[in-house]
Amino acid sequence: MSPAATSVLLAVVVALVKGILIIFVLATTFAYLTLAERKISARIQLRFGPNRVGPFGFLQPAADAVKLFLKEKAAPEGRDHFLYLLAPALAAAAALFAFATIPVNQTICIGGTGGAGPLSASCPGGYPLHWDLAHLNVGLLFILAVTSLGVYAIFLGGWASNSKYSLLGALRSSAQLISYEMAVSFALVGPILLAGSLNLEAIVGQQHSLWFVFLQPLGFLLYFTAGLAETNRLPFDLPEAEAELVAGYHTEYAGMRFGLFFMAEYINMITVSSIATVMFLGGWMAPLWFLPNWLGPLWFGAKVGLLLFIMIWVRWTFPRLRYDRLMQFGWKVLLPLGLANILVTAVFVAVR
Amino acid sequence: MLDWTRMLFAYLPLLVFLAMVVAFGGAMTVVTTLLGPRRPTRAKGLPYECGIIPAETARRRFSVSFYLTAMLFIVFDVEAIFLYPWAVLVRHTLHIFGLVEMAIFIALLGVALLYVWRKGALEWN
Repeated sequence: MSPAATSVLLAVVVALVKGILIIFVLATTFAYLTLAERKISARIQLRFGPNRVGPFGFLQPAADAVKLFLKEKAAPEGRDHFLYLLAPALAAAAALFAFATIPVNQTICIGGTGGAGPLSASCPGGYPLHWDLAHLNVGLLFILAVTSLGVYAIFLGGWASNSKYSLLGALRSSAQLISYEMAVSFALVGPILLAGSLNLEAIVGQQHSLWFVFLQPLGFLLYFTAGLAETNRLPFDLPEAEAELVAGYHTEYAGMRFGLFFMAEYINMITVSSIATVMFLGGWMAPLWFLPNWLGPLWFGAKVGLLLFIMIWVRWTFPRLRYDRLMQFGWKVLLPLGLANILVTAVFVAVR
Repeated sequence: MLDWTRMLFAYLPLLVFLAMVVAFGGAMTVVTTLLGPRRPTRAKGLPYECGIIPAETARRRFSVSFYLTAMLFIVFDVEAIFLYPWAVLVRHTLHIFGLVEMAIFIALLGVALLYVWRKGALEWN
């Protein structure tokens, strides 16, 4: 084979292996995140939570998955057949796809003479092993673009169901998601200004001496708040609002079709926490100076886990906002604050 | 390799992964459709409405506020996209020149937000 064909084949094989790893890890994390949520909520409410299936309920997610697969798939009449089936698959696929450019460790040079630098753009004679699936210069833009596909899934699902609750949930959800998407994009401009790059590995590399959360505390708070809204978590879970809308956009979905929506929501939580870790919390870098840096993926996972715990904690602590307050909070508080944060940061970066 | 082929080469893994996630979503949908009992009844097929038989279709008119929000989103999101290439370049290339230029742009954005605010487009009644 010619060298070009060999390198293409190698790239495809590496992408396949990494893709299987990402799907496997995300699906497992999703399964145990549901268990963690039930356990933590139970402890907050002085209950035990699931503890019958396996020791400490560790097999509960497996039992849930089997149950979801084997349930009868009741579907409403008058539905749009194709869109009704497309929406949950699209939700799960978009949630998984968004994870492709998130680096969980710095690039490692296998063989060759480059060594593992913070960026290691050069790895002469060796193979640079990137710890993200696609090493793009515009990694952040890619994630923002793909995560907005989730709006389509939610709206199509709600509209195709031919149910009033679903339609109301879908309408509320799409208005909320697009409003808070702007808050997300404004909040992320701060770290980009400081790093001068859209490559996520380069952004983490810039946090070598000081994490951006200390330079951008407001940006971090804005991003995390808007991230809660983007993932439909309490106190912003108006699209589901079980007390008023039954279950919102997935009212008419049963079995694993509902499971795919559920999976998308939890994987989006993981993605939001991962982006916050990369942009503000120093990615794979050790949290304290005396801890070894080569345990990168472990530190990355610990930071993501901490943020996920805070998300669950928030859910069981705060009451739900009223819908008009929610929209006004996004447009009248988060948006102006985000603009002000960009201006102040830009002054510091440009004058320095 | 030429420069543009190397650039496209970086996107090759994405193409592979896209095929994988589409296959994942499709496989889950197909498997869950094949499994499980199928005993449809008239009542089971009705859209849920608290046990009442739905009187009409769900696809009817809805509040204009949602439409307004979508319009505002397009305006402000396009402006947000302008901020991204600028933010990358301020530190190494543009410096004060870029700062002044973008300060004017952000001020215009703020005026637009203020106008929308005062017009009451952000109120929900």
